[in-house]
Amino acid sequence: MPDASQPLVTVHDLHIGAVTDAGRQVEIIKGVSFDIRPGEFVALIGESGSGKTTIALSLMGYCRPGCSITGGTVTLDGRDVTAMTEAARAELRGTEVSYVPQSAAAAFNPSKRIMDQVVEITGIHRLMPRAEAEAKAVSLFRALALPQPETIGRRYPHQVSGGQLQRLAAAMALIGDPKLVIFDEPTTALDVTTQIEVLRAFKAVVQKGGVSGVYVSHDLAVVAQIADRIIVLKGGEIQEENTTPKILTEARHPYTKALLAAVDPVPHQPRSIAGLQPRPPILEAIGLHAGYGTFQNAEPAIKVLKNVNFRLERGRNLGVIGESGSGKSTLARAVSGILPPYRGAVLLDGHELDGDLKERRKEDLRRMQIVFQLADTALNPAQTVGSILARPLKFYHGLRGAARDARVDALLDMVHLPAALKYRLPRELSGGQKQRVNLARALAAEPELILCDEITSALDTVVAAAILKLLEELQSELNLSYMFISHDLSTVEAICDDVLVMYRGEVVEELPAARMSAEAAHPYSKLLISSVPQLDPGWLDSLDQDPELLAAFSRR
Amino acid sequence: MPKPMFLSPARHGFRFNWAGRIGLAIVLLWGVIALVGPLITPYPVGEIVDWDYFGPMSQKFLLGTDYLGRDMLSRILMGARYTVGISLAAVTIACSVGVVLGMIAAVLGGIFDMGLSRLLDAINGIPGLLFGLVVVAAVGSSLTVLILTLAAIYMPGAYRFARSLAVNVNTMDFVTVARARGERTPYLIAREIFPNILGPVLADLGVRFVFIVLVLSGLSFLGLGVQPPNADWGALVRENIGALSFGAPAVVFPSLAIASLTISMNLFIDNMPTRIRDRSA
Repeated sequence: MPDASQPLVTVHDLHIGAVTDAGRQVEIIKGVSFDIRPGEFVALIGESGSGKTTIALSLMGYCRPGCSITGGTVTLDGRDVTAMTEAARAELRGTEVSYVPQSAAAAFNPSKRIMDQVVEITGIHRLMPRAEAEAKAVSLFRALALPQPETIGRRYPHQVSGGQLQRLAAAMALIGDPKLVIFDEPTTALDVTTQIEVLRAFKAVVQKGGVSGVYVSHDLAVVAQIADRIIVLKGGEIQEENTTPKILTEARHPYTKALLAAVDPVPHQPRSIAGLQPRPPILEAIGLHAGYGTFQNAEPAIKVLKNVNFRLERGRNLGVIGESGSGKSTLARAVSGILPPYRGAVLLDGHELDGDLKERRKEDLRRMQIVFQLADTALNPAQTVGSILARPLKFYHGLRGAARDARVDALLDMVHLPAALKYRLPRELSGGQKQRVNLARALAAEPELILCDEITSALDTVVAAAILKLLEELQSELNLSYMFISHDLSTVEAICDDVLVMYRGEVVEELPAARMSAEAAHPYSKLLISSVPQLDPGWLDSLDQDPELLAAFSRR
Repeated sequence: MPKPMFLSPARHGFRFNWAGRIGLAIVLLWGVIALVGPLITPYPVGEIVDWDYFGPMSQKFLLGTDYLGRDMLSRILMGARYTVGISLAAVTIACSVGVVLGMIAAVLGGIFDMGLSRLLDAINGIPGLLFGLVVVAAVGSSLTVLILTLAAIYMPGAYRFARSLAVNVNTMDFVTVARARGERTPYLIAREIFPNILGPVLADLGVRFVFIVLVLSGLSFLGLGVQPPNADWGALVRENIGALSFGAPAVVFPSLAIASLTISMNLFIDNMPTRIRDRSA
């Protein structure tokens, strides 16, 4: 164990700059300084574009293409990384400092066996003979609680689950006994129940080995479980730095407070349905079945949805939760007719809709709009914001000329965007702005019901909280109903009245959102609810989940 | 950063490197020559102006004379009209028909896509030059026949290329949103898909133009292309093939003309202007 009084890493007045394709100099990191002591786990937290990954990569002396360190020093274990030659840095990487990427699935070579890739570092640096390296890898697999540690290395990356691959990436990073491991959002792409396993494994291995860690994330609740100290970044500058318990209880900076508030959203207040007139529910599904693939005997080869029933009353919001593969997005596609259900019926305002959207009346299409998760792919990159919003106005309402332009401005105003944005292309907007445009396009149709498919999942917590607030505002102004699909329970809690819990294409439980944790009866719902990270730093250690239950439901 | 000059690509949000600019300049130069050819030729194109044949480069005949003693410079300047004109017409027909059909196939899918794709694959299986030879041998050579034959040879390739691009765009969420809105096929093709495949389609158009120039030159070289006394560059090479043994310039310059057009076109395509994403500068 090195001398604990000396910091392992010292970052002093770090500046990182980049040259844009117009030849303009921009400064990404504007003078950042911090220390990491041996055995300490430091989290870098901030929204996308705050520079957290850029700083983390600079600890290895690495900058992404087009970027360069323009000032300051990074000292790792007494050596100045910024002053080294590239060859000397290569010596460092893997043995002194290593990196666990955000998407292990993209970081593994799909055509090589896992073991070959895990022990690669020992070969490159000639650390130990192959047999010894494999034995060490197996002991790491065991420490990371991977199933069948003896044989899992013989598999190919596609033969293990996402959570397992993320832990294998950690094994790859740890095999050269580094002093510092950089974790770059390693659980962001994982389901909540998987995330817990991975976090637990990381924490156990890091604590036992005495290595220092840097954990990059935008999720404060996840970071609270694993970090000793938290550094809050915004715009390439440190906003606040303190120990984890102090950040959570005594946050001083407004941005940190916004982050904290976003983790714990205000629960949704159900709207009183004034003067209960006996109207049919705005949306009802009866025995919905849907699937993909070729049809045989009027049934598709891959059945996804099985007998889904629900009712969504006018002015209320229905949440659909479940993990990836549970069929929640398929449900949205089946309801909207994008994927015609092969059995069952969808009723809009009491009358049955045709399964296929091609056969639906324009008026019915107008009343029910769908908003997709990724605004990047949901907005045509070749059209300006103005023409994206103008099309539904012309298509559904026949608006033209000045009337249409005025309405486009009004729509942008409705989603709190300046009117000047209509001349921009989608790629010239931020993630949050794109999602607002995405929403505005649905509003242009003047719908009564909006299907929201994971619309906040790709956004940073603070931006997502603002979108949720906007949804609530619009609901009271425009008398909308939402069907809100998400894997994130806290967002569902923040906006919905009722919640459907989906598991393998079936609705396992229907619960009122406000009393979700108290009333959940199905073991899967309980598991899902208990897996949502809490801000309490002791939450992960005190979490008591039945491992058999976990194994049974997570199919691992 | 210095302010970009007026008319410079940067002013319009584009970056355009020198290789691309040179390529474009030469292609445009040949294009202009094709348009104004008869006005700038020093001698009438079919007239025998020199007693000597395969004459050398001189003050009087800048690029020498051909096998009948006609001025090579005039013949090359006039040949640009046929080579550039026929190729441009053929590539326009091939690409517009191919791209439109490709997008329709991608959006409609199913039987239409399957049937059309297999049919065009079959046509694609016939070697281009052979197909041209057969058609010209059967119906005779005329400008219309040449243009249509060349278009028919290169249409299936344009179709395949556009279809594979359109299939990818077709699965994007914004197309799904437009479908869910109730939009019909013409709108999907014209507004949602076409603008997003335009860049690669233009690049493909340039490559196809080069192939067409080469096949046209090949046909003319075999004597089946443009008929005498008119001549495109391929025909000029053939006419003057005998010059090889005299080391006369008459065979070199039409070959250089073909090379300069095709290479410049490729230079331009490989270095097309790219949009500068950083607009805050």
